[in-house]
Amino acid sequence: MAIRRIALVAGAALILTGCGGAKVGEAPSAAPGTGAAGSGAACGTLNLAINPWVGYEANAAVIAHVAEKNLGCTVVKKDLKEEVAWQGFGTGEVDAVVENWGHDDLKKKYIEEQKTAVDAGLTGNKGVIGWYVAPWMAAKYPDITDWQNLNKYAELFKTSESGDKGQLLDGDPSFVTNDEALVKNLKLDYKVVYAGSEAALITAFRQSEKEQKPVIGYFYEPQWFLSELKLVKINLPAYTDGCDADAAKVACDYPLYELDKIVSKRFADSGSPAYTLIKNFTWTNDDQNLVAKYISEDKMAPAEAAAKWAADNEAKIKAWLPTS
Amino acid sequence: MTALTVTARLPARRYLIGAVLAAWVLGHALLSGRDTLPLGGAELTPLHEGANEAWDTVDDNRNSNPFFLYFVNYIRLVLDESVRFVQALISQPSFGRPVPLLGWLGVVALAAAITYLFGNIRVALLTVAGFVSFGLLGLWAESMDTLALTLTAVAYSLAVGIPLGVWAGLSDRFNRFVTPVLDFMQTMPTFVYLAPLTLFFLIGPASATIATMIYAIPPAIRITAHAIREVSPVTLEAGASLGATAAQSLRHVRLPLARRTIVVGVNQTIMAALSMATIAALIDAPGLGKTVLKALQTLDIGAAFNAGLAIVIMAVVLDRATTAASRRVEAQRRTGREISAFFRRVEVTVALGIAAVLSYLSYTYVWAAVFPAEANIGSYVRRAADAASAWVQDSLAGFTDALKNLVTYGLLNPFESLLAGSPWWLVFAAGVAIAALVGGVRAAITAAVGLAALIGLGLWQDSMVTLAATLVATLLVMALGVAAGVWIGRSDRADAVLRPVLDAGQTMPAFVYLVPILGLFGPTRFTAIIAAVVFAAPVAIKLVAEGIRGVPATTVEAARSAGSSPWQVITKVQLPMARGAVALAANQGLIYVLSMVVVGGLVGAGALGYDVVAGFSQHQLRGKGLAAGLAIVVLGIVLDRVTRAAQARTDRLGVIKED
Repeated sequence: MAIRRIALVAGAALILTGCGGAKVGEAPSAAPGTGAAGSGAACGTLNLAINPWVGYEANAAVIAHVAEKNLGCTVVKKDLKEEVAWQGFGTGEVDAVVENWGHDDLKKKYIEEQKTAVDAGLTGNKGVIGWYVAPWMAAKYPDITDWQNLNKYAELFKTSESGDKGQLLDGDPSFVTNDEALVKNLKLDYKVVYAGSEAALITAFRQSEKEQKPVIGYFYEPQWFLSELKLVKINLPAYTDGCDADAAKVACDYPLYELDKIVSKRFADSGSPAYTLIKNFTWTNDDQNLVAKYISEDKMAPAEAAAKWAADNEAKIKAWLPTS
Repeated sequence: MTALTVTARLPARRYLIGAVLAAWVLGHALLSGRDTLPLGGAELTPLHEGANEAWDTVDDNRNSNPFFLYFVNYIRLVLDESVRFVQALISQPSFGRPVPLLGWLGVVALAAAITYLFGNIRVALLTVAGFVSFGLLGLWAESMDTLALTLTAVAYSLAVGIPLGVWAGLSDRFNRFVTPVLDFMQTMPTFVYLAPLTLFFLIGPASATIATMIYAIPPAIRITAHAIREVSPVTLEAGASLGATAAQSLRHVRLPLARRTIVVGVNQTIMAALSMATIAALIDAPGLGKTVLKALQTLDIGAAFNAGLAIVIMAVVLDRATTAASRRVEAQRRTGREISAFFRRVEVTVALGIAAVLSYLSYTYVWAAVFPAEANIGSYVRRAADAASAWVQDSLAGFTDALKNLVTYGLLNPFESLLAGSPWWLVFAAGVAIAALVGGVRAAITAAVGLAALIGLGLWQDSMVTLAATLVATLLVMALGVAAGVWIGRSDRADAVLRPVLDAGQTMPAFVYLVPILGLFGPTRFTAIIAAVVFAAPVAIKLVAEGIRGVPATTVEAARSAGSSPWQVITKVQLPMARGAVALAANQGLIYVLSMVVVGGLVGAGALGYDVVAGFSQHQLRGKGLAAGLAIVVLGIVLDRVTRAAQARTDRLGVIKED
């Protein structure tokens, strides 16, 4: 009986074979990564760290797109947090980080001390960190954007977490915050509550706008969420050079971050055309916001979003390519 | 005589505990806010800075130290190649082909054949349905990546864990040594060792495999050791009297008898490995975890749910398959060979033959290699999940605030104020006294050492805030556990309906449901408590239900015929007789809640959870993150030992009383 069953299956298989269907490896379109053969040897593999936020993803997607299409590189994307990505410079697992926010401590360690990383110039994006409220609050309480009036509104921001003080929602843990020191040194009647993740911050602001619930918290731009909800920044005492030198005595706003690119020393010395591309890469906040919007709101895959932007901006891309 | 003194002493102890609590509350009222040892978010102690420096030293010497060159690097190579090999088989383009060796049809056929041969036809059908659904959700490749990593990690975990488990089962000395190590491995938050792992084993499959193994090996060792110990001494003596050597008795008596329980260990190892899929994705582990994390960046609940669903389905399939395998082993042992060797051989040939043919097809033809993209229902699942989440957030928002405030003001804040707002020495004294009263001298010593360690780590106040939230969450878990556990234990229909829900609660990555509950409760400590309850309640419910079901039917019948109402049967017969299971549920519930402390830190719990998360993200806080991880381990060990000592004591008292 078993034999008959086997024969049956084998027969069925033969029929299927007869019917055919495309065989693996037959259709050239089924094979990815062979698009720009020829020039591939010159570039080789580019190991791109992908830090976990959409703006970064936008930078990386466009660079990867150009590297693959124009230079014939093989791009390997690695999803990593910043700290881990920087470690990768030393171990040779990461070639480039293409949107870096400050991180002076990491620069000191990996660029100055270990000498495994080098600076590859600015991305052209400007990073802003500060305290924000939802637009309805700024409309209803116009003077709230001045820090000196914050104590007047502290009552509004009381929650189950902050006791008898106003709640200042903090804490995407990836960034250094001076907020506890700021609250103390500006004598604000607030308590810092650690939301703990970007998802938590965004959800809180979303609820704030939808239910007209007062929320004040730490945020930053460029960030895709700002195209959904234009948060309004609070003006803290203006930043001056060195006013944040002593972390315990900070009483001024956060500095403007000139976002930059970091690459591994090995990669910089390799003479790869991909290094020249990354070094030359620069664009505006509007450019990044557009690609980030494709990814976050239009739910495109990063590669699709990059291809769409690249098709509309050939002139900009041309300026990044190595001249030879 | 003994019975008399013990029962006479019992109320006295209860009064003593009351007195300690009263003194504590009074002291808190008088001294609130003094000596609370706070430490700000960005502040460090010398210990934390020292840990930073030690870290740097390791980093700097990585390439020159022979330990790394000749030991760590080889482990990394072997693990990397193993994962890549499995990936080449089922998930990644390999050997110059644009697709893996085995296409979807081959994987489905092979999985069905294996589950049929080791389990039964029902599990095989479930496996087919489950695996096909990965493709239907549009996540075939990602699912296979997760499967490849999980299977490799499980294989190595068992290769290491089962021999160690046998050793721990045979040697009391080794068992005593290994138990605290296993406790450490299971309660240390993964976030703490994730970044250092990539220093040792680089970014890649090896680090992800090791991270998974650290969490998945302990159940393999524990359950194997338990299985070996469980073998009845009478059987062993019979073997010994026949002249069996120690090795013979292990091979022919202990191992065969322990086999069924060891399969349970395999099951738990698989579940533990799968639960690491999302966290391992933080260091570039391939698979479904990445999809979940990516979706979280844009708060795309639908996409996160879709990938989470695939993880749940994989967990359910692997769980049912290994459970069926263990039942089969048990049935065979009890009845001897149930089927003839000839029939079995035919069965094996046919199953493997069909699988081989289908595998060949999937090797050769595109339609059998790449899951057809037209059959993708993932977008419907995503939209449905989005709609459901929006509906929940819109329609429940009014009610949830009231609930949050009730628990926060009524339960959490008083607890927290008592623990974190009292002077440390008062909490210390009260804690040790309570441990002594409920658990005895050893429990008191453990508590004293543990609390001292928390002070030494520089994180006293954060630890107390976390402890308060943990205790509240455990109370809620037990309330749910007893209510739902009794229901499930008494009704098979409730069991059939609720069990898949419980499985989903345990295996759905927390990241998936964090966003909707954040929408409901905002970033608060209560949100963290809810997340912990979702994860921990299923275990407690299952354990209580198991206990209720273990009460002899005759006893229940006797109570019923004596005229007891259902309520009386539950409270006077079933729950008291399932006391051991309820205590175990409380202990496990507590440990599970603690394992969610870090996830809580992501949604507003602050304290130790946030310290760990920040330590993973910020270079200068890494030492503090490490200390916070250790503090969580200390809390876990103290709570575990004290509750177990208390449980052992009530068991003893119960036995004496029943005498």
